[in-house]
Amino acid sequence: MAVCIAVIAKENYPLYIRSVPTENELKFHYTVHTSLDVVDEKISAMGKAMVDQRELYLGLLYPTEDYKVYLCNIAASPCSHTFLHRYGYVTNSKVKFVMVVDSSNTALRDNEIRSMFRKLHNSYTDIMCNPFYNPGDRIHSRAFDNMVNSMMMQVC
Amino acid sequence: MADEALFLLLHNEMVAGLYRAAEQGEGENGRCTTKLESMGFRVGQGLIERFTKDTARFKDELDIMKFICKDFWTTVFKKQIDNLRTNHQGIYVLQDNKFRLLTQMSAGKQYLEHAPKYLAFTCGLIRGGLSNLGIKSIVTAEVSSMPACKYFSGYSIISSFDNFSYQLHCALLLKSTDSEPP
Repeated sequence: MAVCIAVIAKENYPLYIRSVPTENELKFHYTVHTSLDVVDEKISAMGKAMVDQRELYLGLLYPTEDYKVYLCNIAASPCSHTFLHRYGYVTNSKVKFVMVVDSSNTALRDNEIRSMFRKLHNSYTDIMCNPFYNPGDRIHSRAFDNMVNSMMMQVC
Repeated sequence: MADEALFLLLHNEMVAGLYRAAEQGEGENGRCTTKLESMGFRVGQGLIERFTKDTARFKDELDIMKFICKDFWTTVFKKQIDNLRTNHQGIYVLQDNKFRLLTQMSAGKQYLEHAPKYLAFTCGLIRGGLSNLGIKSIVTAEVSSMPACKYFSGYSIISSFDNFSYQLHCALLLKSTDSEPP
């Protein structure tokens, strides 16, 4: 399912970022970074028009994007590229969660994504309420790691 | 609820402990207030993160202030703010007629000069909450007559979604005109 999960601070710097194929980490950083613009766009559009649509979950940010993951393996499997969807979620404190989801094998339902974000948000709240965590610092938490891992595990 | 009494006791002990330490050490009074305020700030940040978890996105700052007055105040102090006024230019006046942290010592004028100590934490609480919601603010307190207290705050809003940041000033007036003994 999720191949990359990122938590972005209010000021748009990453608090936490983690991706599954570690050799392509930089690519995912870039992917998350570019999707922030879409998050901003959605938020500002929301403020203006749709009063009733004030949910924290933003839905699909990008439509399917063709993206070659295993460039080095092209000779072996020429068609081995996956379809990645990016989903966004913004808390009331303007902290953004971006999730890149591999949807080449299974089509994910919106509800599942929503509940994943919910879990992510709950976990983040726990971290914020931890007196030993300094707001704005990078997240180094085993509980959070485990939770993110469990979301990534569903991939395989 | 037990947590209410615990909060009051802990808060009282926190204030007493800090001032006791300051008396023994070399720290002066102003430092204690600052310390209490920054403690409140951190708590406010955490609390607002938890409280706003299931709420819809806020429309504007008035929406945020309403949330502070209703939900936030109810959860922390078991009652709502009695009066919220604003000039729509960033000045907000919050009035609490029976401020929880002052009711225990509001029987007479005896402890009037000690009241500000018990407001510093709440100042920080509001400031921390607002800051986490994207409103940078300064909240200060003032006590006029014993159970009555005022919070003034000037703040600027920095919207993180566009590069447009504007300055606003606000005064928070937390006034509790509680039972003056007949």
